[in-house]
Amino acid sequence: MHKAKKTVSTLGIHIVLLTYTLIALWPIFLTIINSFKSRKAIFRSPMSLPGIDTFSLKGFIKVLVRSDFEIYFMNSIIVTVATLTLVLLLGAMAAWALSEYEFKGNKWLGLYLAIGIMIPIRLGSVSLLQLIVDMNLTNTLTALVLVYVAQSIPLAIFILSEFMQQIPKDLKEAARCDGVSEYTIFFKVILPLTRPAIATVGVFTLVPVWNDLWFPLILAPSEQTQTITLGVQQFIGQYVTDWNAVLASLTLAIVPILIIYILLSRHLIRGITAGAVK
Amino acid sequence: MSDIQLKNIDKAFGKVEVLHDVNMNVKDGEFVVFVGPSGCGKSTLLRVIAGLEKVTAGEIHIDEELVNDVQPRERGIAMVFQSYALYPHMTVYKNMSFGLKLKKHDKQEIDHRVRHAAETLQLTEYLNRRPAELSGGQRQRVAIGRAIVRNPKVFLFDEPLSNLDAALRVQTRIEIAKLHKKLDATIIYVTHDQVEAMTLADKIVVLHDGRVEQVGAPLELYNSPANLFVAGFIGSPKMNFLKGTVASVKGTTVEISLPDGKTITIEHDAPGSENDQATVGIRPEHLLLAGPKEGLLKAEVDVVERLGDVSYLYCKLSDGTAIIASTPGTSEATTGDTIHLTARIDKIHVFGSDGTAWK
Repeated sequence: MHKAKKTVSTLGIHIVLLTYTLIALWPIFLTIINSFKSRKAIFRSPMSLPGIDTFSLKGFIKVLVRSDFEIYFMNSIIVTVATLTLVLLLGAMAAWALSEYEFKGNKWLGLYLAIGIMIPIRLGSVSLLQLIVDMNLTNTLTALVLVYVAQSIPLAIFILSEFMQQIPKDLKEAARCDGVSEYTIFFKVILPLTRPAIATVGVFTLVPVWNDLWFPLILAPSEQTQTITLGVQQFIGQYVTDWNAVLASLTLAIVPILIIYILLSRHLIRGITAGAVK
Repeated sequence: MSDIQLKNIDKAFGKVEVLHDVNMNVKDGEFVVFVGPSGCGKSTLLRVIAGLEKVTAGEIHIDEELVNDVQPRERGIAMVFQSYALYPHMTVYKNMSFGLKLKKHDKQEIDHRVRHAAETLQLTEYLNRRPAELSGGQRQRVAIGRAIVRNPKVFLFDEPLSNLDAALRVQTRIEIAKLHKKLDATIIYVTHDQVEAMTLADKIVVLHDGRVEQVGAPLELYNSPANLFVAGFIGSPKMNFLKGTVASVKGTTVEISLPDGKTITIEHDAPGSENDQATVGIRPEHLLLAGPKEGLLKAEVDVVERLGDVSYLYCKLSDGTAIIASTPGTSEATTGDTIHLTARIDKIHVFGSDGTAWK
């Protein structure tokens, strides 16, 4: 009786989760199947899989051969990787400093950084633009990286310092007695132990940066600095939209993020259950 | 040479004063045990020596060098923690070699040292395992191994056995004693277990409320405790304390009356005056069964514990004081019996009203 009840509730949970997964994956699925279809087929039956008659790589050819897709793609990768590296490194170091060392203003500094989580960075778009113009950084990838680091670092510090506080004090002190310098403790002991949390922060940082349209549009819209999300917009015209190309470039844009996500997800699952996010 | 001197050490956490004016010398090669109830400051004192806590006042000397402002890693100490504190992401080998590698020791030398330590501690077959794959006792040995490979001047042990089960604790205790003989190292060891202290130490430091109550060899503390606290803390079962009153004073000869009206006579320089309070202490193992005439105390048996080699009689005196008597072999006494107890006068301790020992 009890067992049956349990089975039913597990089944219920799975039904809910599967439904959600289907809903979440549906647009991605549509994008991918339609990117392999001819223009006519896209409009005639958007839900059907590409068949022998409807299969077409026109979109991919257009994107890869007849546009600067590889520039946009590289721009996106450079911006994302640079942001990710800086956020994880600086975020982890700041989190370690805030959680481990006692100094004057420690709490206030932590609070100040936490405010960054509560206020959306887009509210500051105008002054950010002014700042970037004053620094002569318009139309550079540096501008994007700087803004994205500022956008992502508060949450990174918050999650990582929560996690670092859970590392037993004895472990750090053992290392200190063991003759290990503070930097080595951080890189060789603390970082390996916070890997799940770092993976979590990595994913949380990665997705919004890769998908962002807003800042590339206002800070770096030039031909040479467009990111992929901005680059896709050229296929969307006021009168004619090249759906083959749009869907093909979106499909391609999913690939790198999917690879990184798969790499990180092994740690991510542990990270979330380990109570990294409170 | 690795002498340690502590001079007038004070330590406070904010307004809470944990250590008061601690003075002590640890000689090269000595096994010193800090013992005391929890919260007495013994771990803090150890951490002060390690350099993990800064002192509020006072001086710490290691090898005659003032080390107040020296970082833990430069003090030449190695510490073994109660929780073992092994690096969970490293194998046993890496755990032990981590500190050495960073000091840029020769690779062969590191390997030699790790393997040697592993052999001493019977860890050779576990060198490639991670801490999670080891039992509590093995982890404890890895923690000790990590300390040994560094060839420190001083080993610091912070309650290293309290996470082990009883059987393993006895075994590891013996291992540590052997290790001390083998390495000829200076060891400072913190415990709340007076049995560990008695069995391991060359010198015991009894701490209470952040003060040193007495320093001495184990049997010295057992035979002549300096005050009530040490008397009650060292020895198991605890020393019996009886309320006594100074009956008469003649020069340095004092007569003290016990609860049942019998008296004992001792010598003391400054015994105070008549009717002063005094405490008489007799260890359970020094109480002997006697006839009604020669008995010092008359007691009613509450509970009898028979352990085979020894029996503990939990008794009550006429004034309600609970005492324990330990008799060899299997006792015939049962609950409700009235027994008479006595003790040899040289085994009886007397403490003045301020708690310091008169005898």
